[in-house]
Amino acid sequence: MPFKRYVEIGRVALVNYGKDYGKLVVIVDVIDQNRALVDAPDMVRGQMNFKRLTLTDIKIDIKRVPNKKTLVAALEAADVKNKWESSSWGRKLIVQKKRASLKDFDRFKIMLAKIKKAGVVRQELSKLKKETTC
Amino acid sequence: MAPQQRKPHVCRNPDLIRGVGKYSRSKMYHKRGLWAIKAKNGGAFPKHEKQTVAAAPTEKPPKFYPADDVKKPLVNKRKARPTKLRASITPGTVLIILAGRFKGKRVVFLKQLTSGLLLVTGPFKINGVPLRRVNQSYVIATSTKVDISGVNVEKFDDKYFGKKVEKKKKKGEGEFFEAEKAEKNTLPQDKKDDQKSVDAALIQSIEAVPDLKSYLGARFSLKAGMKPHELVF
Repeated sequence: MPFKRYVEIGRVALVNYGKDYGKLVVIVDVIDQNRALVDAPDMVRGQMNFKRLTLTDIKIDIKRVPNKKTLVAALEAADVKNKWESSSWGRKLIVQKKRASLKDFDRFKIMLAKIKKAGVVRQELSKLKKETTC
Repeated sequence: MAPQQRKPHVCRNPDLIRGVGKYSRSKMYHKRGLWAIKAKNGGAFPKHEKQTVAAAPTEKPPKFYPADDVKKPLVNKRKARPTKLRASITPGTVLIILAGRFKGKRVVFLKQLTSGLLLVTGPFKINGVPLRRVNQSYVIATSTKVDISGVNVEKFDDKYFGKKVEKKKKKGEGEFFEAEKAEKNTLPQDKKDDQKSVDAALIQSIEAVPDLKSYLGARFSLKAGMKPHELVF
Protein backbone atom coordinates (compact mmCIF):
# COMPACT_ATOMS: atom_id res chain seq x y z
CA MET A 1 0.00 0.00 0.00
CA PRO A 2 1.91 3.06 -1.18
CA PHE A 3 1.21 6.48 0.25
CA LYS A 4 -1.12 8.61 -1.82
CA ARG A 5 -1.22 11.90 0.15
CA TYR A 6 2.18 13.53 0.58
CA VAL A 7 3.33 16.42 2.70
CA GLU A 8 4.24 19.00 0.10
CA ILE A 9 3.93 22.71 -0.37
CA GLY A 10 0.34 23.39 -1.27
CA ARG A 11 -1.13 20.34 0.47
CA VAL A 12 -4.42 21.20 2.16
CA ALA A 13 -4.73 19.68 5.62
CA LEU A 14 -7.34 19.56 8.36
CA VAL A 15 -6.30 20.61 11.85
CA ASN A 16 -7.28 17.85 14.28
CA TYR A 17 -6.06 19.23 17.60
CA GLY A 18 -5.73 22.54 19.32
CA LYS A 19 -7.08 26.05 19.05
CA ASP A 20 -7.74 25.83 15.31
CA TYR A 21 -9.48 22.47 15.47
CA GLY A 22 -11.53 21.72 12.39
CA LYS A 23 -9.96 24.33 10.13
CA LEU A 24 -8.60 23.72 6.66
CA VAL A 25 -5.03 24.99 6.32
CA VAL A 26 -2.41 24.93 3.59
CA ILE A 27 1.15 23.71 4.15
CA VAL A 28 3.31 26.55 2.83
CA ASP A 29 6.71 25.33 4.05
CA VAL A 30 8.33 22.46 5.91
CA ILE A 31 10.41 23.51 8.93
CA ASP A 32 11.92 20.20 9.95
CA GLN A 33 11.02 16.57 10.30
CA ASN A 34 8.11 17.30 12.63
CA ARG A 35 6.82 20.76 11.87
CA ALA A 36 5.31 22.64 8.98
CA LEU A 37 4.62 26.29 8.35
CA VAL A 38 0.91 26.51 7.84
CA ASP A 39 -1.39 29.26 6.59
CA ALA A 40 -5.11 29.84 6.05
CA PRO A 41 -7.12 32.88 4.95
CA ASP A 42 -8.52 33.48 8.43
CA MET A 43 -5.47 32.85 10.60
CA VAL A 44 -1.97 34.16 11.13
CA ARG A 45 0.66 32.04 9.38
CA GLY A 46 2.39 29.86 11.97
CA GLN A 47 4.05 26.57 12.67
CA MET A 48 2.20 23.38 13.45
CA ASN A 49 3.35 19.88 14.28
CA PHE A 50 2.43 17.31 11.64
CA LYS A 51 0.74 15.31 14.35
CA ARG A 52 -1.87 18.06 14.55
CA LEU A 53 -2.64 17.83 10.84
CA THR A 54 -4.57 15.30 8.81
CA LEU A 55 -3.73 15.48 5.11
CA THR A 56 -6.53 15.73 2.57
CA ASP A 57 -6.63 14.87 -1.10
CA ILE A 58 -6.61 18.50 -2.14
CA LYS A 59 -3.43 20.20 -3.32
CA ILE A 60 -3.09 23.73 -4.62
CA ASP A 61 -0.43 25.29 -6.80
CA ILE A 62 1.69 27.75 -4.81
CA LYS A 63 5.32 28.65 -4.42
CA ARG A 64 7.11 28.30 -1.06
CA VAL A 65 5.60 30.73 1.54
CA PRO A 66 3.38 32.94 -0.61
CA ASN A 67 1.93 36.14 0.81
CA LYS A 68 -1.63 36.12 2.01
CA LYS A 69 -3.06 37.71 -1.14
CA THR A 70 -1.44 35.11 -3.41
CA LEU A 71 -2.52 32.31 -1.13
CA VAL A 72 -6.16 33.43 -1.11
CA ALA A 73 -6.09 33.82 -4.91
CA ALA A 74 -4.64 30.33 -5.31
CA LEU A 75 -7.30 28.89 -3.03
CA GLU A 76 -10.01 30.56 -5.07
CA ALA A 77 -8.48 29.35 -8.33
CA ALA A 78 -8.37 25.75 -7.15
CA ASP A 79 -11.91 26.10 -5.70
CA VAL A 80 -10.82 24.35 -2.52
CA LYS A 81 -13.93 25.28 -0.54
CA ASN A 82 -16.38 23.68 -2.94
CA LYS A 83 -14.17 20.65 -3.54
CA TRP A 84 -13.99 20.12 0.21
CA GLU A 85 -17.68 20.60 0.88
CA SER A 86 -18.66 18.23 -1.92
CA SER A 87 -16.22 15.51 -0.88
CA SER A 88 -17.66 12.75 1.31
CA TRP A 89 -15.29 13.65 4.17
CA GLY A 90 -16.30 17.30 4.02
CA ARG A 91 -19.99 16.45 3.85
CA LYS A 92 -19.70 14.19 6.89
CA LEU A 93 -18.16 16.98 8.93
CA ILE A 94 -20.92 19.38 7.89
CA VAL A 95 -23.57 16.88 8.96
CA GLN A 96 -21.82 16.28 12.28
CA LYS A 97 -21.75 20.01 12.98
CA LYS A 98 -25.42 20.35 12.10
CA ARG A 99 -26.39 17.47 14.36
CA ALA A 100 -24.43 18.88 17.27
CA SER A 101 -26.18 22.24 16.97
CA LEU A 102 -29.72 20.86 16.84
CA LYS A 103 -32.09 22.31 19.38
CA ASP A 104 -34.71 20.36 21.28
CA PHE A 105 -37.53 21.43 18.95
CA ASP A 106 -35.42 20.50 15.90
CA ARG A 107 -34.78 17.05 17.31
CA PHE A 108 -38.52 16.62 17.80
CA LYS A 109 -39.27 17.66 14.21
CA ILE A 110 -36.61 15.26 12.93
CA MET A 111 -38.20 12.44 14.92
CA LEU A 112 -41.58 13.15 13.30
CA ALA A 113 -39.98 13.25 9.86
CA LYS A 114 -38.19 9.94 10.44
CA ILE A 115 -41.43 8.26 11.50
CA LYS A 116 -43.19 9.62 8.44
CA LYS A 117 -40.44 8.44 6.11
CA ALA A 118 -40.44 4.99 7.68
CA GLY A 119 -44.18 4.80 7.19
CA VAL A 120 -43.93 5.65 3.51
CA VAL A 121 -41.12 3.13 3.01
CA ARG A 122 -43.07 0.41 4.78
CA GLN A 123 -46.12 1.07 2.61
CA GLU A 124 -44.11 0.71 -0.59
CA LEU A 125 -42.51 -2.44 0.74
CA SER A 126 -45.86 -4.01 1.58
CA LYS A 127 -47.08 -3.13 -1.90
CA LEU A 128 -44.09 -4.86 -3.46
CA LYS A 129 -44.54 -7.86 -1.20
CA LYS A 130 -48.15 -8.20 -2.29
CA GLU A 131 -47.14 -8.20 -5.95
CA THR A 132 -44.56 -10.94 -5.58
CA THR A 133 -46.65 -13.34 -3.54
CA CYS A 134 -49.95 -13.13 -5.43
CA MET B 1 -30.28 74.09 28.14
CA ALA B 2 -31.79 70.62 28.56
CA PRO B 3 -30.25 68.81 31.54
CA GLN B 4 -29.39 65.74 29.43
CA GLN B 5 -26.90 67.68 27.32
CA ARG B 6 -24.60 68.52 30.24
CA LYS B 7 -21.14 67.00 29.80
CA PRO B 8 -19.84 64.97 32.77
CA HIS B 9 -17.66 67.25 34.96
CA VAL B 10 -13.96 66.35 35.13
CA CYS B 11 -12.31 66.95 38.51
CA ARG B 12 -10.56 70.29 38.85
CA ASN B 13 -7.36 68.90 40.29
CA PRO B 14 -6.33 65.70 38.47
CA ASP B 15 -3.84 63.36 40.19
CA LEU B 16 -0.31 63.28 38.84
CA ILE B 17 0.25 60.21 40.96
CA ARG B 18 -1.75 59.08 43.95
CA GLY B 19 -1.56 61.71 46.63
CA VAL B 20 -0.11 64.48 44.44
CA GLY B 21 -2.42 66.82 42.58
CA LYS B 22 -1.52 68.81 39.54
CA TYR B 23 -2.28 72.20 41.06
CA SER B 24 -0.92 73.81 44.20
CA ARG B 25 -3.00 75.23 47.04
CA SER B 26 -2.84 78.75 45.74
CA LYS B 27 -3.72 77.69 42.21
CA MET B 28 -6.67 75.73 43.53
CA TYR B 29 -7.79 78.75 45.54
CA HIS B 30 -8.03 80.67 42.30
CA LYS B 31 -9.59 77.79 40.36
CA ARG B 32 -12.36 77.28 42.89
CA GLY B 33 -13.19 80.96 42.76
CA LEU B 34 -12.88 81.47 46.50
CA TRP B 35 -11.57 85.00 45.82
CA ALA B 36 -14.80 85.79 43.99
CA ILE B 37 -16.96 84.42 46.81
CA LYS B 38 -14.99 86.48 49.32
CA ALA B 39 -15.27 89.59 47.18
CA LYS B 40 -19.02 89.13 46.93
CA ASN B 41 -19.24 88.84 50.70
CA GLY B 42 -17.13 91.92 51.43
CA GLY B 43 -13.70 90.47 52.13
CA ALA B 44 -14.44 87.48 54.33
CA PHE B 45 -15.76 84.02 53.64
CA PRO B 46 -19.54 83.85 54.26
CA LYS B 47 -20.45 82.25 57.53
CA HIS B 48 -23.75 81.07 58.81
CA GLU B 49 -24.74 80.84 62.41
CA LYS B 50 -24.78 77.51 64.11
CA GLN B 51 -28.23 76.02 64.27
CA THR B 52 -29.16 75.46 67.90
CA VAL B 53 -29.80 71.80 68.46
CA ALA B 54 -33.00 71.23 70.39
CA ALA B 55 -32.10 69.81 73.79
CA ALA B 56 -32.79 66.08 73.81
CA PRO B 57 -35.37 65.07 76.45
CA THR B 58 -33.49 63.85 79.54
CA GLU B 59 -33.55 60.07 79.65
CA LYS B 60 -34.41 58.35 82.86
CA PRO B 61 -31.87 55.82 84.06
CA PRO B 62 -33.08 52.30 83.18
CA LYS B 63 -34.67 50.23 85.93
CA PHE B 64 -32.91 47.04 84.94
CA TYR B 65 -29.34 46.40 83.85
CA PRO B 66 -28.68 42.92 82.37
CA ALA B 67 -26.08 40.89 84.27
CA ASP B 68 -23.88 40.15 81.27
CA ASP B 69 -23.23 42.48 78.39
CA VAL B 70 -25.73 41.79 75.66
CA LYS B 71 -24.22 41.79 72.18
CA LYS B 72 -25.99 43.89 69.60
CA PRO B 73 -26.67 42.07 66.35
CA LEU B 74 -24.79 43.43 63.35
CA VAL B 75 -26.58 45.71 60.93
CA ASN B 76 -28.06 43.83 57.96
CA LYS B 77 -28.83 46.01 54.95
CA ARG B 78 -29.64 43.19 52.52
CA LYS B 79 -32.86 43.46 50.61
CA ALA B 80 -34.99 40.49 49.67
CA ARG B 81 -35.12 40.10 45.92
CA PRO B 82 -36.47 37.37 43.66
CA THR B 83 -33.86 34.87 42.45
CA LYS B 84 -31.80 36.09 39.53
CA LEU B 85 -33.46 34.82 36.37
CA ARG B 86 -31.19 33.04 33.90
CA ALA B 87 -30.67 35.00 30.69
CA SER B 88 -32.02 32.10 28.66
CA ILE B 89 -35.44 32.31 30.36
CA THR B 90 -37.63 35.07 28.90
CA PRO B 91 -41.45 35.28 28.80
CA GLY B 92 -42.66 32.78 26.24
CA THR B 93 -39.72 30.38 26.52
CA VAL B 94 -40.50 26.68 26.38
CA LEU B 95 -39.10 25.04 29.52
CA ILE B 96 -38.55 21.35 30.30
CA ILE B 97 -39.60 20.47 33.85
CA LEU B 98 -37.16 18.04 35.40
CA ALA B 99 -38.76 16.90 38.64
CA GLY B 100 -42.08 16.39 40.27
CA ARG B 101 -45.37 15.20 38.94
CA PHE B 102 -44.82 16.81 35.54
CA LYS B 103 -41.25 15.77 34.92
CA GLY B 104 -40.31 15.73 31.28
CA LYS B 105 -43.18 18.00 30.29
CA ARG B 106 -42.49 20.89 27.97
CA VAL B 107 -44.19 23.97 29.28
CA VAL B 108 -44.52 27.69 28.49
CA PHE B 109 -42.96 30.25 30.86
CA LEU B 110 -45.15 33.26 31.68
CA LYS B 111 -43.39 35.37 34.29
CA GLN B 112 -41.29 35.31 37.42
CA LEU B 113 -43.19 35.89 40.68
CA THR B 114 -41.88 37.99 43.54
CA SER B 115 -40.91 34.87 45.48
CA GLY B 116 -38.53 33.96 42.65
CA LEU B 117 -40.58 30.99 41.40
CA LEU B 118 -41.51 30.83 37.76
CA LEU B 119 -45.17 31.02 36.71
CA VAL B 120 -45.75 28.39 34.08
CA THR B 121 -48.65 26.89 32.12
CA GLY B 122 -48.98 23.79 29.89
CA PRO B 123 -51.20 25.02 28.31
CA PHE B 124 -53.58 22.76 30.17
CA LYS B 125 -55.43 21.55 27.08
CA ILE B 126 -52.20 20.53 25.38
CA ASN B 127 -50.32 18.68 28.07
CA GLY B 128 -52.28 18.78 31.31
CA VAL B 129 -50.00 21.18 33.16
CA PRO B 130 -52.12 23.89 34.82
CA LEU B 131 -51.04 27.39 35.88
CA ARG B 132 -48.32 26.41 38.27
CA ARG B 133 -45.25 27.66 40.08
CA VAL B 134 -41.94 25.99 39.35
CA ASN B 135 -38.46 26.53 40.72
CA GLN B 136 -35.84 27.76 38.29
CA SER B 137 -33.37 25.07 39.37
CA TYR B 138 -35.62 22.25 38.24
CA VAL B 139 -36.02 23.48 34.72
CA ILE B 140 -34.10 23.38 31.45
CA ALA B 141 -34.68 26.39 29.23
CA THR B 142 -34.93 25.55 25.53
CA SER B 143 -34.32 28.15 22.86
CA THR B 144 -37.86 27.79 21.49
CA LYS B 145 -39.99 30.87 22.18
CA VAL B 146 -43.77 31.26 21.98
CA ASP B 147 -45.44 34.59 21.29
CA ILE B 148 -46.93 35.60 24.62
CA SER B 149 -48.10 39.12 23.83
CA GLY B 150 -51.81 38.30 23.94
CA VAL B 151 -51.70 36.92 27.46
CA ASN B 152 -52.44 38.95 30.59
CA VAL B 153 -50.70 37.57 33.65
CA GLU B 154 -50.92 40.63 35.89
CA LYS B 155 -53.32 39.12 38.38
CA PHE B 156 -51.22 36.07 39.28
CA ASP B 157 -48.93 36.31 42.29
CA ASP B 158 -47.77 34.03 45.11
CA LYS B 159 -50.89 34.62 47.17
CA TYR B 160 -53.05 33.19 44.35
CA PHE B 161 -51.24 29.88 44.77
CA GLY B 162 -51.21 29.79 48.55
CA LYS B 163 -53.16 27.24 50.54
CA LYS B 164 -56.65 28.33 51.46
CA VAL B 165 -57.12 28.88 55.20
CA GLU B 166 -60.22 27.05 56.49
CA LYS B 167 -62.23 28.06 59.51
CA LYS B 168 -61.58 25.67 62.34
CA LYS B 169 -64.53 23.65 63.57
CA LYS B 170 -63.93 22.59 67.13
CA LYS B 171 -67.15 20.68 67.68
CA GLY B 172 -68.52 17.91 65.55
CA GLU B 173 -66.78 14.67 64.69
CA GLY B 174 -67.64 11.78 62.48
CA GLU B 175 -70.25 12.96 59.98
CA PHE B 176 -68.92 16.51 59.75
CA PHE B 177 -65.45 15.40 58.71
CA GLU B 178 -66.68 13.27 55.86
CA ALA B 179 -68.76 16.09 54.46
CA GLU B 180 -65.77 18.46 54.54
CA LYS B 181 -63.48 16.07 52.68
CA ALA B 182 -65.84 15.80 49.74
CA GLU B 183 -65.87 19.58 49.22
CA LYS B 184 -62.09 20.14 49.33
CA ASN B 185 -61.07 18.08 46.32
CA THR B 186 -62.68 20.10 43.53
CA LEU B 187 -60.95 23.14 42.03
CA PRO B 188 -62.95 26.39 42.38
CA GLN B 189 -64.57 27.55 39.15
CA ASP B 190 -62.76 30.90 39.04
CA LYS B 191 -59.38 29.11 38.86
CA LYS B 192 -60.66 27.05 35.96
CA ASP B 193 -61.77 30.23 34.21
CA ASP B 194 -58.37 31.84 34.79
CA GLN B 195 -56.71 28.83 33.20
CA LYS B 196 -59.00 29.03 30.18
CA SER B 197 -58.49 32.73 29.65
CA VAL B 198 -54.69 32.45 29.82
CA ASP B 199 -54.60 29.44 27.55
CA ALA B 200 -56.94 30.82 24.88
CA ALA B 201 -54.49 33.41 23.60
CA LEU B 202 -51.53 31.08 24.05
CA ILE B 203 -53.02 28.21 22.10
CA GLN B 204 -53.68 30.53 19.17
CA SER B 205 -50.04 31.59 18.95
CA ILE B 206 -48.93 27.97 19.44
CA GLU B 207 -51.04 26.68 16.58
CA ALA B 208 -49.49 29.26 14.29
CA VAL B 209 -46.19 27.35 14.43
CA PRO B 210 -46.22 23.92 12.74
CA ASP B 211 -45.56 20.93 15.04
CA LEU B 212 -45.30 23.12 18.15
CA LYS B 213 -48.54 21.79 19.58
CA SER B 214 -47.45 18.15 19.38
CA TYR B 215 -44.02 19.22 20.67
CA LEU B 216 -45.56 20.66 23.80
CA GLY B 217 -47.75 17.60 24.18
CA ALA B 218 -44.80 15.21 24.15
CA ARG B 219 -42.57 14.51 27.13
CA PHE B 220 -38.81 14.92 26.95
CA SER B 221 -36.66 11.88 27.65
CA LEU B 222 -33.05 10.92 27.19
CA LYS B 223 -32.59 8.32 24.49
CA ALA B 224 -29.60 6.10 23.71
CA GLY B 225 -26.56 8.12 22.67
CA MET B 226 -27.81 11.44 24.00
CA LYS B 227 -25.21 13.12 26.15
CA PRO B 228 -26.85 15.88 28.22
CA HIS B 229 -23.65 17.88 28.54
CA GLU B 230 -23.29 17.95 24.74
CA LEU B 231 -26.93 18.60 23.88
CA VAL B 232 -27.95 22.05 22.76
CA PHE B 233 -31.38 22.92 24.06
